[in-house]
Amino acid sequence: MLDLIKLRIRHGYQSIGNLRTAVLMESHRGFPEILTSIKIEDEQKIAGCCPTKAITGNPVTIDLGKCIFCGECERISNGAIRFTNDYKLGTSKKDQLLIAPGTVYQEYRASAIEAKKKIHSLFGRSLKLRQVSAGGCNGCEMELSACGNVNFDMGRFGIDFVASPRHADGIVLTGPITKNMAPALMDAYKSVNDPKIVIAVGACAISGGLFADSDELNREFLDKIKVDLYIPGCPPHPLTIINAILELIGKESR
Amino acid sequence: MNWLEIKNLQTVSLNEIPRLPVDEFRSRLVEKVKGGKRLVQLFADPESDGIAIYALTADDNNSRLSVASSKIKLKSSYPSLTPDIPSASLFEREMFEQAGILPEGHPWLKPIRHGIAGIDQRETPYEFFSMTGKEIHEVGVGPIHAGIIEPGHFRFSCHGEKVYHLEIEHGFQHRGVEKLFLSNALRPLSLVKLSESIAGDTVIGHCGSFVRALESLGDAAVSRRSKTIRTIALELERIAVHLGDLSALSGDVAYLTGNSVFGALRTKVINTTMSMCGNRFGRNLLALGGVNVDISSPLHDQILSMVNELEDDVLLAGEVMFTSASILERFEKTGIIEKETAVEIGMVGPAARASGVSIDVRADHPFGAYESFPVHKLTLDSGDVFARAYIRFVEIQQSIKIIRDQLNNLPEGELRSTLSGLQPNCFVVSLTEGWRGEIAHVVLTDGEGNIRRIKIKDPSFNNWFALALAVRDEGISDFPLCNKSFNLSYCGVDL
Repeated sequence: MLDLIKLRIRHGYQSIGNLRTAVLMESHRGFPEILTSIKIEDEQKIAGCCPTKAITGNPVTIDLGKCIFCGECERISNGAIRFTNDYKLGTSKKDQLLIAPGTVYQEYRASAIEAKKKIHSLFGRSLKLRQVSAGGCNGCEMELSACGNVNFDMGRFGIDFVASPRHADGIVLTGPITKNMAPALMDAYKSVNDPKIVIAVGACAISGGLFADSDELNREFLDKIKVDLYIPGCPPHPLTIINAILELIGKESR
Repeated sequence: MNWLEIKNLQTVSLNEIPRLPVDEFRSRLVEKVKGGKRLVQLFADPESDGIAIYALTADDNNSRLSVASSKIKLKSSYPSLTPDIPSASLFEREMFEQAGILPEGHPWLKPIRHGIAGIDQRETPYEFFSMTGKEIHEVGVGPIHAGIIEPGHFRFSCHGEKVYHLEIEHGFQHRGVEKLFLSNALRPLSLVKLSESIAGDTVIGHCGSFVRALESLGDAAVSRRSKTIRTIALELERIAVHLGDLSALSGDVAYLTGNSVFGALRTKVINTTMSMCGNRFGRNLLALGGVNVDISSPLHDQILSMVNELEDDVLLAGEVMFTSASILERFEKTGIIEKETAVEIGMVGPAARASGVSIDVRADHPFGAYESFPVHKLTLDSGDVFARAYIRFVEIQQSIKIIRDQLNNLPEGELRSTLSGLQPNCFVVSLTEGWRGEIAHVVLTDGEGNIRRIKIKDPSFNNWFALALAVRDEGISDFPLCNKSFNLSYCGVDL
């Protein structure tokens, strides 16, 4: 009993007080900033190095939906690309994911997520989500789990993951969508009652990521169903995930 | 003909690997495994005029591996190994699926990932083992599970609450990983990143295994400093997942203090990994020829103080957890795997060690920095959920000591060496003790020195069947507990 009390005291208070203003350590690779003037030879090198072909040249742009944040381009770019520790990367518009030279974080953030009145009135006080992993490597899945742990405790906002799609207001998709999971994903989506939202988490879900060229994928789901929120990363940090969801349901200003 | 004796990470020419007639190949392999050797890999490699089969066995006590091959015609058959070597079952199903070779007499032949040699089986219903009887009922779970985990389908045959049989259907996660390795063969960075995503919970384990295979093929000298940093990263990964597992196991028996405490400790460990490389799971830490990140002096102190503090926290939390009667009541004698069974079905890693099987790649077939210091193999005897939980508790402490020793003896050296091309027509096996157990990557090169075939084995491939056996005769409500005590990967098997 004494040990248990000692353990509770040592454990202390682990919760991050304010999830919207928390600062991540410098080493974290978040939002990438690209210089406006890059030498031609560097440009070709940078575009060619990316393992997920997230970078196009002339001018250099990075597609956050494809980026796995490995930092290889930063290493070879002679300072032209810098990954900052800014982590609020979620966006409700797919074209917003393309980062052009000179774009700064504040500018990206300003128009990234439009909190819609309807979504706010429906889900602002309570949002229940069903997670579907469709070929996810367990990276995104572990970070989604971590959103509910004692450090992040997303449940404090009334946002929870539920066991049945029937109890859910939306689907959180991870993984590149394998052929073998495509039917189950569609079944789960259909089982969620209207109105509902879809959140794509991680490079694999958004673009296929490292697996985009595999012939074992079936990404038709995304042709048919509108995605309400894109959360880039490989995997995205729990703070990236939580902040994006909070903004989508219009809870950010509270 | 004798099998070729090799060591972990030793590159050999494909010509040196003996090619035996199928009958001799089979009888020698059976002889070896019955004589106490362990089947590590068995895979097919299509050649121009037929299909080569490679088998790799381990003599764990003498740090030796042996390899041989055989060749059979396309779409032909051979007498199945599984009746004599139960641990060959999944390997044979895989060869049947990938190359269309029929193992005649296999007791339960079916594809693993829903296709047989190019024939799409997705429309064919998966045939489950079924029991009949007036009061027998089946429970189907998945592919989508209740929690935030990967997909797979479990089919329980029960009488009342009691589980008589569990069959696990894989394949839902199949992303075509091995094929992607070949189509990206000329883009080394893509290959390294792909290896980090074989199983996202074993980033350092799989990536380490893969880069060591290529470094051996490319004859690259990796500095002792890089090897030491890799070891620290691998042990941090082991600690982090073990802590997460103890947290999940606590949650399953409604011990919420453990659930919170171990979860919070895990966060500290993965955040330390992030301060090393910018990612909580160690992505981008390893590179071909070395590592991408150094351990600077402040980072050195940060990791050291983290592990020192962690040691006290873990000891206290473990002390409370493993002396609590209500927890022990759920853990003890639940989901027992006897040692004989563990050996027979080829279990690996902490789950095997919890059943008294003394195997650990770090000690048996050392790689990287483990070549320069001994790792004591830890085993327990009871083979139940308790043993699989407790072994994690002691392995965490062991890993903390390894990290501290490595930090205190961090050698100087270059972070990365360059790799010249890979040697042509060669074969290498790279074994790594990941947190789940033995990771085995086999890489074969063609005449130009490009990767021609890669065979990946996650330890889950060996251990899933153990979970099915562990829940036999248990109440179905103990399944989540048994499942978490193994914590196996779906995508690691589905590839």
